[in-house]
Amino acid sequence: MSKESTYIPRNGFAKWFDQRLPLPRMLHDNISAFPTPRNLNYWYTFGGILTFCLVTQILTGIVLAMHYTADAGLAFASVEHIMRNVNYGWLIRYIHAVGASMFFLAVYVHMFRGLYYGSYKAPREILWILGVIIYLLMVITAFMGYVLPWGQMSFWGATVITNLFSVIPVVGTTITEWLWGGFAVDNATLKRFFSLHYLMPFMIFGVVILHIWALHVTGNNNPVGISVKDKQDTVPFAPYYTVKDALSLVCFLILFVWFIFFNPNILGHTDNYIMADPLVTPAHIVPEWYLLPFYAILRAIPSKLGGVLVMGAAIAVLFIVPWLDTSKVRSATFRPLYKQFYWIFLVNCVALGYLGSQNPEGLFLVASRICTAYYFIHFLIVMPVLGLVEKPRPIPESITKAVLEKLEIKNSKEEAKA
Amino acid sequence: MSKKDTKEPSRRDFIFLATGAFAAAGAASVAWPIVDQMNPDATALALSKIEVDVSQIERGQSITVKWRGKPVFIRRRTDEEIQMASRVDVNSLPDGNARNNNLTADSSATDENRALDDDKEWLVMVGVCTHLGCVPKGQSLGDAKGDYGGWYCPCHGSHYDTAGRIRKGPAAKNLDIPVAEFVNDNVIRIG
Repeated sequence: MSKESTYIPRNGFAKWFDQRLPLPRMLHDNISAFPTPRNLNYWYTFGGILTFCLVTQILTGIVLAMHYTADAGLAFASVEHIMRNVNYGWLIRYIHAVGASMFFLAVYVHMFRGLYYGSYKAPREILWILGVIIYLLMVITAFMGYVLPWGQMSFWGATVITNLFSVIPVVGTTITEWLWGGFAVDNATLKRFFSLHYLMPFMIFGVVILHIWALHVTGNNNPVGISVKDKQDTVPFAPYYTVKDALSLVCFLILFVWFIFFNPNILGHTDNYIMADPLVTPAHIVPEWYLLPFYAILRAIPSKLGGVLVMGAAIAVLFIVPWLDTSKVRSATFRPLYKQFYWIFLVNCVALGYLGSQNPEGLFLVASRICTAYYFIHFLIVMPVLGLVEKPRPIPESITKAVLEKLEIKNSKEEAKA
Repeated sequence: MSKKDTKEPSRRDFIFLATGAFAAAGAASVAWPIVDQMNPDATALALSKIEVDVSQIERGQSITVKWRGKPVFIRRRTDEEIQMASRVDVNSLPDGNARNNNLTADSSATDENRALDDDKEWLVMVGVCTHLGCVPKGQSLGDAKGDYGGWYCPCHGSHYDTAGRIRKGPAAKNLDIPVAEFVNDNVIRIG
């Protein structure tokens, strides 16, 4: 892939500007003219969708902060004030609340796409690790945002999660009280969570820039998982992928908007419309749907320290996935065994999500232990072993050849029909 | 080779290290206030003592009071509950420590060491599950009290017995007993 700039300043001013700050050149080379594999499918449009989600959350969040009051006595009422009195406040808040869920939906599609097509493999290890860091920052940001309405789920979610730190030997209690700014979750906790909830999206934005930078050093992976060999294998990002991303975004927005206007509260929990009460725990504390698999893992382990460590390991293991997968072939398309295990793993994750929403008793507890074990078996045993024993299918010579072969098959089928 | 190439530290090395050390100490002295501002402030520390009138509590009844932002369970136990708690072999408990701030740190978790008074009628505990901080059920008459007749935490299924000791579930410690004493026949001071 040629790294030479193709930017040509159009007029005297552009030339003058380019010699002082080559920003338009950078944007031209990295967005408009960026050589992108010609065979990307719609699963590859979720990077663009995620950027859209991040910008949406930041814009609606800035607006909500203009009307919200971060004070234990006033926060709950100020959210109702946004819903009832602020012009279009209900809309902006629902976009922000539903937006968080849509953000996670998109990030899970994006991550599972990476797992299917082997996008984490050399030379894209740093790209993948930056992605896991973004995901981790998203989880922390979403958790703190959920505390701000100061409902029952806000309060007790905050209590349960901050208490995870109390398992640290010796200094656990000190750290927990430091996080709270008191002896329980209270006003001081709410205020610092608000401050950090405002800060962290900008940290995510920073890591996203690094993520895109790393992407543009190695170039995109693609559905056949073989590297770009010559210019024939690529098309410029604009207009080919700007249009593809836009179409995908519109479809994504249909779902987004349906939630906002027809079912804005279905992804939340009704208990959060009851103001926080430090003396009464709701009968059934559950996190938002996107964290349920990790909640199931936490509760599957019959020891406090063990549960916290295993839950941490469930995210930590993602960092080393590039080295756990020993197969030289990137795309699951050419890996008959990995493809099957991939779908089993996906079903296992969904099952963990369901189990996280149920009481940890009887069969549910047994099932969540089995699923937790399988989660780690997939990464720590299946991935390394498959690379050694699996016989991959023949890999096409180049991206262009793979595309043309597919086209030929399609044409001959149509001819046969005619 | 000239003498300047020896490994002896020069004056420049000394200045370099001294400057670095000075900057590091300076950075640390600024970092500490920024870290410490998050610790419990003076208003949080000020709420550390309360007095509770317990003259209206009959045997078999409980009340919950707020102390340092946390619920404190005060229960006047029935004879049956006291017997259930006394019968247990301390060595069979998951947590053999009394977790009682009125006693020494190594006191064993006998019923005597958990109760507030000599008759073992009164039990005063921080009502915060030692697993992840939920408030266990069991204070109200209709509540689920768990397999051991005491308290049950609905969050992750920890069972506490009639002396507030952990018996089953993910929690590792008995419910914490705060510093407490009878000021007179009717009033308990907590903290």
